[in-house]
Amino acid sequence: MDYIYSNSYTVITIFLLLGIILPLATVWGVGLILRPKNPAPEKLTTYESGLEPTGDAMVQFNVRYYIFALLFVVFDVETVFLYPWAVAFDELGLFSLIEMSIFIFMLVVGLVYAWKKKVLRWE
Amino acid sequence: MFGILDQQFSWLNFTILALAAVALLLVVLLFVMYAIYFERKVIGWMQLRKGPNRTGPWGLFQTVADVLKLLIKEDVVPKKVDRFLFLIAPIISFTPSFMVIAAIPFTENLYFTDINVGLLYYGAISSLSITGILLGGWASNNKYSIMGGMRSVAQMISYEVPLIMSFLGIVLMTGSLNLRDIVHAQIDSGIWFIFPQFIGFVVFLIAGNAELNRTPFDLPEAENELVAGYFVEYSGFRFAFFMLTEYVYTFALSSLMVTLFLGGWDAPFGLTFIPPIVWFALKFLLLVFYLFWARATFPRVKIQQLMEFAWKGLIPVALFNVMLTAVLKTLGIF
Repeated sequence: MDYIYSNSYTVITIFLLLGIILPLATVWGVGLILRPKNPAPEKLTTYESGLEPTGDAMVQFNVRYYIFALLFVVFDVETVFLYPWAVAFDELGLFSLIEMSIFIFMLVVGLVYAWKKKVLRWE
Repeated sequence: MFGILDQQFSWLNFTILALAAVALLLVVLLFVMYAIYFERKVIGWMQLRKGPNRTGPWGLFQTVADVLKLLIKEDVVPKKVDRFLFLIAPIISFTPSFMVIAAIPFTENLYFTDINVGLLYYGAISSLSITGILLGGWASNNKYSIMGGMRSVAQMISYEVPLIMSFLGIVLMTGSLNLRDIVHAQIDSGIWFIFPQFIGFVVFLIAGNAELNRTPFDLPEAENELVAGYFVEYSGFRFAFFMLTEYVYTFALSSLMVTLFLGGWDAPFGLTFIPPIVWFALKFLLLVFYLFWARATFPRVKIQQLMEFAWKGLIPVALFNVMLTAVLKTLGIF
């Protein structure tokens, strides 16, 4: 039984390597032989609906996306805390339920606050 | 798998496992090819068209021809891109999609890993793909692709929270993150988790659809506003790897849903003369069909509807489901 742990992670390593080898073998291996190479300056311009591209796309971006990213971090970390609680719920019993209710309640207050502050609105 | 995982490590076993993994990869690639064919056919029939029917009998070789076409297309890397990130983004996006399949148990004997944190592994690894999408969108240095990449990330992180929360009811009921234990719990109790965890199932169904960036949640690649979203600048097989990622996740997510909610390989109504792998495949195909059906039926949502639905709708419902399950379990009903 003890071997199953190390063997499982060996398999995951095999999957990881296969997942890297497949793109390498097709894009840089077989593909390199099969595909034509015929560069022209027009081909190498950035696509912008057929017009001459103006400016640069790597610019400062709408802040709204980052606010959602912050909210995501809060709730994802919360979920990470919920997982061990859920696994051990049988042993922990009623006391942990009340504790977790308080924890979730505080987070729900945060969500309601963000909601009322109109952070969740996307205009 | 067939007892090999219990044995001490040896290079012979390693070779067998590696060959099995390659076989699975080929099965997944075959699935992807025919899932695309099936999708086009299903949507064709639903719209009273015929779908692909020219290449081979009933158009069966259409996707094979498409893959070949992509392989012999010229590979254009525009001048203004961030070259290194542009080249590795499809790999970063694809690799996790195949890695997560390692966690899925297909039948009693056919499983690749038996790890105690299977469910957590799935959630953790699958979210790595988002990095590839953002890198691809940003490195392209194209206005459409950066908008598509940003939208995609905003959508995927928003729907990841309810998706991962929807598992929690099941974890509460089984007290385990091991996917094999979860299936065994369903077989032993004789009831699939779709019934006691119906709210979780619905949340998973919607959030899973959004995680896959499929219609009605396909805003990142909304072709009439963003051309193709984060892979505008990609051509040839690099583009194919972004598409492949999407369909491999369709495979992984549908398998996970079968494992968690539909009893895995368990035969319903005592119909055990049909082999377990066939049951798994049938349930799996049902869920894949659901995804295609949703695509043919629902119109695309607007971005504000999309984000508000995740935060104001699905997350409170998923949290409610967790607390409801915990309370019912304390009362001794589950």
